[in-house]
Amino acid sequence: MTVLTSRRMLGRPEPWVFAAIVALSLLVQARSGQFFTGNNLVDLARALIVPGLFSVGCMMVIVSGGIDVSFTAIASLAMYVTDKVILPEDYGGSVLLAYAISAGLGLLMGALNGVLVAFLRLPTLIVTLGTASLYTGLMFGAFAASASGVPPAIAAHGKQILFTAVNNDLGLTSTMPVHVLILAGVLFLVFLLLRYTMLGRGIYAIGGDEAAAERAGFNVRAIKMFLYCLVGALAGVTGIVRISMIDYADPSSMLGMELTVIAAVVLGGTRVTGGVGTLTGTILGVALMTILENSLILMGIPTYWSRAFTGAIIIIGTGVTARQIGLTRRRDRALSTPSKGAQA
Amino acid sequence: MPESVLKVEGIAKAFGGVQALKGVSLEIGKGEIHCLAGENGSGKSTLIKVISGVHEPDAGTIEIEGRRFSRLAPMEAIALGVQVIYQDFSVFPNLSVMENLALNMEVMDHRVLVNYRRARSIAAHAVSQIGFDIDLDERVENLSVADRQLIAVCRALLQDSKLIIMDEPTSALTKREVKALFAVIKGLQSRGISVLFVSHKLDEVFEISERFTIFRNGENVASGSTRDLDRRTFALHMTGREFADESYRPAAALEAPALSVRNLTLRGAYANVSFDLAPREILGITGLLGSGRTELVETIFGIAQPDSGSIEIGGKPARLRSVKDAVRAGIGYVPSDRLTEGLFLPQAIERNIVVAVLERLSGWFGVLSRKAVAETTKRWIADLAIATRDPSLPVRTLSGGNQQKVVLARWLANDLKVLILNGPTMGVDIGSKYDIHALIRRLAAKGLAVIIVSDDLPEILACASRIVVMQNGAFVQELNPASTTESKLGELSTGVA
Repeated sequence: MTVLTSRRMLGRPEPWVFAAIVALSLLVQARSGQFFTGNNLVDLARALIVPGLFSVGCMMVIVSGGIDVSFTAIASLAMYVTDKVILPEDYGGSVLLAYAISAGLGLLMGALNGVLVAFLRLPTLIVTLGTASLYTGLMFGAFAASASGVPPAIAAHGKQILFTAVNNDLGLTSTMPVHVLILAGVLFLVFLLLRYTMLGRGIYAIGGDEAAAERAGFNVRAIKMFLYCLVGALAGVTGIVRISMIDYADPSSMLGMELTVIAAVVLGGTRVTGGVGTLTGTILGVALMTILENSLILMGIPTYWSRAFTGAIIIIGTGVTARQIGLTRRRDRALSTPSKGAQA
Repeated sequence: MPESVLKVEGIAKAFGGVQALKGVSLEIGKGEIHCLAGENGSGKSTLIKVISGVHEPDAGTIEIEGRRFSRLAPMEAIALGVQVIYQDFSVFPNLSVMENLALNMEVMDHRVLVNYRRARSIAAHAVSQIGFDIDLDERVENLSVADRQLIAVCRALLQDSKLIIMDEPTSALTKREVKALFAVIKGLQSRGISVLFVSHKLDEVFEISERFTIFRNGENVASGSTRDLDRRTFALHMTGREFADESYRPAAALEAPALSVRNLTLRGAYANVSFDLAPREILGITGLLGSGRTELVETIFGIAQPDSGSIEIGGKPARLRSVKDAVRAGIGYVPSDRLTEGLFLPQAIERNIVVAVLERLSGWFGVLSRKAVAETTKRWIADLAIATRDPSLPVRTLSGGNQQKVVLARWLANDLKVLILNGPTMGVDIGSKYDIHALIRRLAAKGLAVIIVSDDLPEILACASRIVVMQNGAFVQELNPASTTESKLGELSTGVA
């Protein structure tokens, strides 16, 4: 049984992504001597929060057999409307209100995706490309968005830290923001959702075979509707996390992140064709991408190279997964062709 | 007949203007294995969907264990013990065996949370019912088609089924898997569960079922005991046409060989195969899977390269290093799995016909002549009687038999010398099958040299002018179809004799 289990483990992408992270960490440590320092690890954790939050929703949509490219636009518009339109400039109350408003706005925007995908049965890529454009356009057009400050409540929330790591060699300090707890909480709740609720298993079932899910009695429309609303609300929360961490509401700073996030999710073993994906793999994928981007600086490689490296990782990482699927298919075909030959 | 579990009377159902069912009846006894047969479009699937509550009938009654309904909801049908195993099995390839078995039941029970311990015990109980030995933690996508089907069977049994409807359950199984499935079906029968077995394969109908019902064009044409049925009446009921037993002899004396194969060897597949094939001849090759028959014809088509030996075409040595070489030499090959290997399903019928001859149909600078395409298409659609009203429709819209004709048309458009057919009527309904056989004979009579690889023995006997039996990569016997019988051929090809 244990042999079988370990064989099964090696057939999965997570151990390989983990191995890549370890190898990369050791390489950076050898080159710079600065990888396994408190402040670098804290910086990495900090950099992982926003893409990590995005990736959770993104993974769920891909598992359900869809793809979402609108979550960064939702996050941007939701946080901007919350920050500039709804909350007064000198708002000093609870930051939870800001989260609630932004999550609510995100949920509404996600609901539009949901209606178009679940009820009108439009292709998810087209729908979310469209709504992404719509939301971005609204933000810059109707709300004439431009970079601006945040109310005191959000600014104060951004300064809440768990602990500080000091690097005496370089005289650097890094702080761990409380937002990391939000990521941890979201991961925990989504883990429970996906593993222990019929709703969560329904998401996997739909991604595996939508017709079969319908025949089994799953309410496919309701599940999809729920999913897109949830992903929208998560994006809204992520928007507030982002602006409080950088103490600045920049409407365009998250736009474009969606491709890296999707790449990280796929790198973490989520199948683009749907049905398969884990939170562990997703977070490992995001961690690998984050470490890669941050480590280039440590190794003294100019930052513009980071895009090239990111691109290479995407091609290699997703390529390996795609090839594995291709090989499995071919094996399936090789197995099934003779079986068809036998029954004429 | 014992008391009936299902009694359907006067069911009618129309879709748009099309009357799919015109008042059909069907009665299945308790513990009976009943076969529902009919060609594509005869209304079999519609009736299944009426019984399982997917479609609401326009007229008629459904009686399940004495309770009468004028219509059923899907959940009602399941609660009454009616389970359908669809052709695609409706399994979740990405989930474990355990979840596949347990999920449907959990959804039915309106569970909100997943309890893996309960799921495991449900799954273990499900597989134990038919003694199915399977790893519950394996992902279903890693299983064979037969195992996936058994999972669907186990899942159906969980719901306290009284009637299990299997929609063409054998269409993707090997012979051995079919045997195993039949054993499972007999096991269900011994527990008092009735099985409605939907098929258009005669052999299976004879082997498994006690009684049968045949539909044609949405009407009952025959029903009764399978014992009273024979091949010819079965075909007559299915198609409404009389078919004589056909055979083929080349009309004129044989000319010089179109294809000569000498001592051809492909290690691990076949060795020292030699034969000549003249125009107007149809060579039937039969033998078990793994006898090397497919590898042999694929070598002649340039897909595989032989280790030794030679091939001559029209008396000249030919080196077939690729499919392109073979096509140029005038060889055509129709593979067994036409759906994945032979056709561009979403593309238009006409494009599929002309794809191999684009060069010939194009003029200056390789611009395709629309007129030439239309003429070629029209000619072959008429010549092969492909049933379509518009050649610009996707091939997908055609029935299996007509799709197969499109594959043939493609090759014939290319001035063939040798045509190789691998399982030419696999998965094709009876009417089209006879049509295709007649077509093959007609093509050969006009001067084509044809090779048919098939383990459909009646097919070989109906078409071939010479038969060779392959075993373990060698030709073991050559037979004259006029002086052999199906049973003798069967013994030889399976090596039982």
